Amino acid sequence: MAEHHTKQAAAPAEGKGAHLSAVPSDAERAGQAHFDEIIAKDSRIEPRDWMPEGYRKTLTRQISQHAHSEIIGMQPEANWITRAPSLKRKAILMAKVQDEAGHGLYLYSAAETLGTPRDELNDQLLSGRAKYSSIFNYPARTWADMGAIGWLVDGAAIANQVPLCRASYGPYGRAMVRVCKEESFHQRQGFEILLELANGSDQQKQMAQDAVDRFYEPSLMMFGPPDGDSPNSQQSMAWNIKRFTNDDLRQRFVGMIVEQVKVLGLTLPDPELRFDEESGQWIHKELNWDEFKAVISGNGPCNVQRLARRREAHENGAWVREAAAAYAAQQAEKVA
Amino acid sequence: MSSSNTHITEGIEDDFASFGDVTASATRVTPGNALRPEDIAVAGEGPASDAVAEYALQLGDDALILAQRLSWWISRAPEIEEDVALGNIALDQLGHARSFLIYAGKRLGKTEDELAYWREEEEFRSAHLVEQPNGDFAVTIVRQLLVAVYQNLLYTELTKSSDQTIAAVCAKAVKEVDYHRDHAIQWTLRLGRGTEESARRMRVALADLWPYVGELFADEQLHDDVGDAGVHPSTLRSAWDEEISAVLADAGLEVPQVPDAMSRGRHGEHSEHLGYLLAEMQVLARKHPGATW
Ligand SMILES: [Fe+2]
Ligand SMILES: [Fe+2]
Repeated sequence: MAEHHTKQAAAPAEGKGAHLSAVPSDAERAGQAHFDEIIAKDSRIEPRDWMPEGYRKTLTRQISQHAHSEIIGMQPEANWITRAPSLKRKAILMAKVQDEAGHGLYLYSAAETLGTPRDELNDQLLSGRAKYSSIFNYPARTWADMGAIGWLVDGAAIANQVPLCRASYGPYGRAMVRVCKEESFHQRQGFEILLELANGSDQQKQMAQDAVDRFYEPSLMMFGPPDGDSPNSQQSMAWNIKRFTNDDLRQRFVGMIVEQVKVLGLTLPDPELRFDEESGQWIHKELNWDEFKAVISGNGPCNVQRLARRREAHENGAWVREAAAAYAAQQAEKVA
Repeated sequence: MSSSNTHITEGIEDDFASFGDVTASATRVTPGNALRPEDIAVAGEGPASDAVAEYALQLGDDALILAQRLSWWISRAPEIEEDVALGNIALDQLGHARSFLIYAGKRLGKTEDELAYWREEEEFRSAHLVEQPNGDFAVTIVRQLLVAVYQNLLYTELTKSSDQTIAAVCAKAVKEVDYHRDHAIQWTLRLGRGTEESARRMRVALADLWPYVGELFADEQLHDDVGDAGVHPSTLRSAWDEEISAVLADAGLEVPQVPDAMSRGRHGEHSEHLGYLLAEMQVLARKHPGATW
C-alpha cells in the first residue's frame, strides 16, 4: 500500500533550467521546434518530450490544484456518509467519495510525470501554499447539499473537464478521461437526490431548494474569473491545455442547468437569468467576485477546517507510513 | 513520444453532448457491490422460520455496524490509498448488510431501512467487537483482522447453508471478505514488523479488542433452532485460532492472554458505544418519518 513513497517521479526534466542559460543550446532549440510542431499539429506532448519550463510549471500547478480539489472535496460529502438517510444512498455516497480519492490519485500520478514528487505536492497543500477549488470551502449543511453538490459542483467540474480530456499533455488528458466518466455518475446521482427531495414532503422540497440556492452562485464561479480578468487563460489556450475560455464554459453550464432545473421542479436563484437571442448568450446575475477572492485567499467558511482536517489525517498517519516504509525496506533487503 | 493522433479536439462537441444528460439510465446501480441487494428484495421467498430471520438479522447487523464504523475513515486515512481501501471494505460490508437485512425483513414485514433506521438499540443483534470505536489505525486494523478471519470462515461454511438465499449471499460475500482478510493481514505484518511504535500500538490494540472475540464463537439456542441453515460458531474457533496465531507470529506479535468480557450483543445488550453510533446513523431518517430518499 505504501509503495508509492519509494516510486520515482517519472521523466527527468530534460528541459529544466533551460531558461537560466542566455543562449539556448542546439538540443534546446531542437526541443522547442519539436514542441512547437506538436502543438501546431494539435497532437500530444508526453513526459519524455522536451517542453518549455513555463508549460511544465503551468501544468504542474493546474494538475496538482486539481488533485488537491479532489482530495479536499471529499470532506463536505464525507460529512454525510454516517448520516445518510437510507442504506442505498449511503452506499452511493460512499462510492462517490471514494471515487474522488481515486481521482486525486490519478491526478497526483499525472503531476508526478512532470517531475514534482507527490510528497512535495502534498506539502504544498498542507502548508497552505497550494490552492484548490474554492467551492469546497463552503459547508455541506443538509442532506440536500449532497444533491446540489453532485448536480451543480460535479456538473460544473464535468463542463470544465470534458475539454481537458483533449489537453495537449498526454498523461493529464488520459487521467481526465477516466475522471470524467465517473463524474457523470456523480452528477446523475446528485440530480436523483434532488429529484427525490423535490417530489417529497414540503420540508424535503424546501431543503432541496435551499441547497440549490446556496450552491448556484459558487458553482458558476468554479469556471474562474471573467475572461477579461483571467490573464493566464490566453497562454493556456495557446498551449492547447485549455480549449474554451472561462466564460464560454460558464455559458454551456448555465444552458445545461436551466433545462435540468425544470425537470426538478425547482428554481435557480437568479431573477436576471435569461437567454439573449441577439448575442446568443445566457445573461446571469453579476457574480460576487469579491467573495470569490476572499474564499480563495482563505476567508471562506470552512478553509481552516478543511486544511486542519487534512493535516490531522496526515499527522495521525505518520507512524503508519513510517512503519510501512520500514517494512518495505526490510522486505527489499530480504530479496537482495 | 507523442502520439500520432493529430487534431485531438475533433469530436469535442460530441463529448459535451454526452455529459449533460443526467436522466440517462445508470449502468451501475449499486456501485461497489457485486451483489445487488435489490434482487433479494424482489425475488424469492423470505426466511422459512423466525429463527432464520433472526439469524439473518445478526449477520446483517454485524456487517452494518462495521460498515458504519469503517466509513468514518474515508477522508481521514493515513494515506489516500487507504481512504480507497477502507472505503471499499466498508462498501462491501454495507452491501452484505443490506442483503441480509432485506432478507430478514421479508419475514419480519420490514424494509432494510425500517430495520436500520427505526429499530431501537436493544433490537440490534450486533456483536460488541464490531461496535468498538475505530481508535487509531492499529485498532481498526486489529478489529479488521479479527472480524475478517471470522467472517471468512463463517461465510465459507454458510455457502453450504440449507437456506438458499443465505448460501447465495455468502457465496458472493466470501470473495469480498477474503480480500478484507488479506488487507488486514498485510497491514498486521507491516505494523507488527514496521517500527517499535507501530508494534507497540498493535499490542495495545490486540489487548483491548481480544476480550470481545469470545462472543463471536458462543453457541446460542438460536444456532440449534436454525439447524442446517446456520453454523454453530464454536465449530469455527479452532481454525480461527490457528490462523490468527500464525499471522500474529509472522508479524512478531503475541496472542494476548486476557479474559473474555461478558458480551450479550446477540440478546440486545450492547456496549456503551452503540447508542452514539445509532444516534448519528438514524438522526436524519427519524426527523422525517415516512419520507423517501
Ligand atoms: Fe472527482
Ligand atoms: Fe465527482
